[in-house]
Order: sequence, then C-alpha cells, then structure tokens
Amino acid sequence: MTEHNIRNFAINFGPQHPAAHGVLRLVLELDGEIVERVDPHIGLLHRGTEKLIEHKTYLQATPYFDRLDYVSPMNQEHAFCLGIEKLLGLQVPRRAQLIRVLFCEIGRILSHLLNVTTQAMDVGALTPPLWGFEEREKLMIFYERASGARLHANYFRPGGVHQDLPPALIDDIEAFIDPFLQVVDDLDNLVMGNRIFKQRNVDIGIVTVDEAMAWGFSGVMVRGSGIPWDLRKSQPYECYEEMEFDVPVGRNGDTYDRQVIRMEEMRESAKIMRQCCVKLREPAGQGPIAATDGKFAPPPRREMKRSMEALIHHFKLYTEGFHVPAGEVYAAVEAPKGEFGVYLVADGTNKPYRCKIRAPGFAHLQAMDWMCRGHMLADVSCVLGTLDIVFGEVDR
Amino acid sequence: MSNGISILAHTAAPADGSLQALSDHVGSALGPAIVSRTIAFGELTLNVQASDIVYALTYLRDDPACAFRCFIDICGADYPNREKRFDVVYHLLSLRHNARIRVKVQTDDQTPVPSVIDVFPAANWFERETYDLYGVLFSGHPDLRRLLTDYGFEGHPLRKDFPLTGFVEVRYDQDEARVVYEPVKLAQEFRNFDFLSPWEGTEYVLPGDEKKSA
Repeated sequence: MTEHNIRNFAINFGPQHPAAHGVLRLVLELDGEIVERVDPHIGLLHRGTEKLIEHKTYLQATPYFDRLDYVSPMNQEHAFCLGIEKLLGLQVPRRAQLIRVLFCEIGRILSHLLNVTTQAMDVGALTPPLWGFEEREKLMIFYERASGARLHANYFRPGGVHQDLPPALIDDIEAFIDPFLQVVDDLDNLVMGNRIFKQRNVDIGIVTVDEAMAWGFSGVMVRGSGIPWDLRKSQPYECYEEMEFDVPVGRNGDTYDRQVIRMEEMRESAKIMRQCCVKLREPAGQGPIAATDGKFAPPPRREMKRSMEALIHHFKLYTEGFHVPAGEVYAAVEAPKGEFGVYLVADGTNKPYRCKIRAPGFAHLQAMDWMCRGHMLADVSCVLGTLDIVFGEVDR
Repeated sequence: MSNGISILAHTAAPADGSLQALSDHVGSALGPAIVSRTIAFGELTLNVQASDIVYALTYLRDDPACAFRCFIDICGADYPNREKRFDVVYHLLSLRHNARIRVKVQTDDQTPVPSVIDVFPAANWFERETYDLYGVLFSGHPDLRRLLTDYGFEGHPLRKDFPLTGFVEVRYDQDEARVVYEPVKLAQEFRNFDFLSPWEGTEYVLPGDEKKSA
C-alpha cells in the first residue's frame, strides 16, 4: 500500500457565482467534500456610502439608503429618517406614518419573496423564483406609482413622505392582497412541503440562541432559533403599536425553519398592509403627509407659484438644506433582513458628521465560517441563501 | 466631568427613570473605568477608558441587571481636532430589559484598543472594518486584515483628512491586458459646496464698526 499525501483543497466560490447572491468571494478549504474553513472576502461592491453621506446634506443623503439593500429600499430610508427625526424632535403626521408602515411591509414582502424563492433555486428548484418575481413586479409598480421609481424610491423624507398616495393606489394595493395570499399558499405547497427542499434544508446551518446573540444576529436569524424578538413589537416605531400581527418563531434554528418563518411573515405583512389601507381611508388617516412649516419638507408646487415665502423655503431646502442640532443617535428598524440601524452623529450643520450604517447582513455573513464548518460543499449555497445576504448593504 | 451626569433635555427623550437607574447602576459597579455617562435622546452613552473596554463589556454582558448579551455594532468616528482623534463606538442590546446602550472609547492612530472578540465573537469583522476605514488598531485581534477596501489599498478612507475622491483610480488597460491603477485625474476640480447660509455662516466685520461691542 502506498501512502498518499493528502492535503486540503482550497477553492474560490465566486466572485461571479450565481448562488453567491452578488459579488461575494468565498475561499473554501475543503477536506474532500467537507467544508473545513470559510473565509468570505467582501468589499467588492464597496462604494464608500458612509464617506459620501458625510459630504452631502441630509436630504441628498437619503437616496444612498435605497442603494444599500436594493431589494427592499424604503426600509433603509426609514431608519435614516427616524434618526434625523430623533435628533430634530420632529413628529411625523399620522397619514405619513401609515404610508410608511404600508410601504415598509411592501418592502418586507419584496425581500422575503426574493429570498425564499432564490434560496429554493440555490437548492435546485427553478419554478419558485418565476412565481415570486411576478408578484415582486406588481409590488414594484406600487412603488413606482407612489414615488416614481421602481427601485430607488427616495420616498421617505425626514418629517414624512415625499408625496401623498392617490386613492386609486390604496384601492389597488388592497385588491392585490387577496390574490397575493393565494400565491403565497401556492408557493407554500410548491416549496415548503417539497421532499428535496426538506432534504436540503432541514438540520442545515443550525443556530442556537446563545450563538445568535453573541454573533449579533437579528431578524429572522434570531426568530428562527426561537427568540420572539421583533423591533416592530418590542420597540415599536411609527404606528406599529396599533397594528395587529403575529411574530412567527422557529423551533430548531435550522435553515428550513427560517424559510418557513419568511413565508409566514409575508402573510403577516399582508395583514398589516390591509389594516393600513383601511386606516388610510378613515377620517383619522387624512391630513398632511409631511411637516407643513416648510423648514424640513418642501411646500407644495402650487403654493410656490403664489407665495414668496414658499419659494424661499424651497430654495433654502434644496441648496442649504436644514440644520440638525448636534448630538448622536442610534435609530433602528426591523428591516426584512434583521435590525438595520443608523448611528448618526450631527455637528449642528447641514451635513451629517458621521453616519454609520449597521447592516444586518454584515453580521450574518461573518457567521458563514462556523455555520458551514463540517457541512458539505453543497450546503454552502444553502446556508448562504438562508442568511439573506444582499451585497449592497454588506459592502456599503 | 468624571462620573458626572449630564442629562440633556431633548424633545425626543422620554422621561425614562429606568435608563437613569441603569446608568446609576453601571456607574457604581464599573467605577473608575467610566469617564462619563450621558443620557441624551433617550439613549444611554458610557465613555469608558480604552484599557477597560473588555472589562466593561464583559460586565455589561454578564451582570443580570444589564444583560446586554446581544451584540449590535462597533464603529469608528474621527475627530481630528482632538488629541485622541478616534472614537470607537460599541452598541449593545439587552433583550431581557429591552434596552440599548452605547459605549465609547477614545484612542489615537498609535494606541491599540483591546479587542473584544473574547466577549462577543461578532466583533471580529466590525473591528476589521474599523481598522480598515479609520486605521484604529486592536490588540489581541487574531486577523486584523482589511475588509471592505481593495486588495492592496493604502490609507484609511473614512478619516476626515482622506479626500472624497481618493488617490488612485482603476481602469482596464487594453495593451497590458490587466487592470491598472493610476492617480486620480478629474476633468474638473471636485466642487464641495458648503451651502451654509451667509447669514449664519460668516462673521462679517463692518469697517469702522469694531467698537460696537466695546
């Protein structure tokens, strides 16, 4: 018998790999087909967002947040606006709160639809993404009808939202919900009960409660391990307090549980959207959609044609911008991928002094190493899918 | 302001007794490790001696009255006018008490901050990122490599003295058949409008009016 010189095998996964969900380079060290070590190399999509924000006024900085997690843009803008409002002590009008919640839930569905279906594609199913993207397209048309853009909306503004929703849009969103729930049921039948999907996902990438907390997990990644933690419930912002919805939690902390939770959360989001539509039509839901004093949100166009003061307000807002009193805040929202936070340091001028973006995917991705250890090579893409990574927010 | 409490009255801050109680509790337990404590905008901030950061975070994690077991974030901030120009800011979350806390330490570009990887393993990438973007050193970090910037990048881009345009730009060179790095060439000077209001931004001195305040 000859003695073979056995050594581990290192391969590059990505940066151009369809299952890498963007530009991720994973250096995998393999013992046969068993993963020994994972070294994710990120930063291939680094655009220096935080540096750019420091050089822009607060209003000019908002659009950068659309470009972080580009599958649910408005949820990111939300965190930034909440941070500014906290510093300014601004009260958001009720109608704007309802609109924000409505569009945040649309964003959640957008993100979960993409993740659940493409994760199914990572483990071998081709049909789910086609079904999912059809619904995503309808939701993006709602984005477009509200803000004018399918993806990079720039719709949430400090103090409110950019424009009011036309009544027909509220009707159409409400009419979308029931057929959508039917599609979710269909997807559920197609994917969640599927034998291959279960074989690939059950007992893969298990996260315990302690691990989830120590590794800075949030969102579905902690709920999958059985912690009922959702910022919308525990630290409610906007009008989430009055919305009725449940927080689904998993039991085993494995990939399968997390995907089931995402399916369930889409149904809960639809529930919240329905409540928002009803409340937006009530008399209490009428009124302004942004601060009306002209200091933080521009006055309406028609007023600018007649009022000199309104014109000055508009001019000042779009050149100098507004000044934010000095201070530091951390504002977080329950984004679809987890806790999306903005640490904002203001120095009293019209530009942020420091804006740190705390992206959930960043904390999740660094867990690839220990989550994949001992798993098979084929499970890497499965675990990567369940982490719900979008490189816009990881690399920033 | 050693161990002094300053509560800034801001509209967003709720009259939160529990936050004050938490602040007092931490203040008495950690003692001299804490430089100052502040509650502003409904958030508690601790300024901690850089050498005591591991001790402070371990206490905040393990003490049942704090139970900040959930790691949120580490980031840097640059204040070039200060003697210790960098802040390293830690954010923690307590699920049990539904509370957040911010811990800050100060350092310069020479003095390393003790790494908190042993307290929170998630600190790994966050410290790497802080090192990459600010050049803050962390002692005891097993793998302090650059994280976000390019392979072979020089400088620390989030420092205030790093220009927004950077120093090098890349392009694909057809002749050499590879990506080449060149100094940044701008077709026009980078224009940084400050837009600060002339009514508030500049101190105009009227000739002959110097004796106004006298």
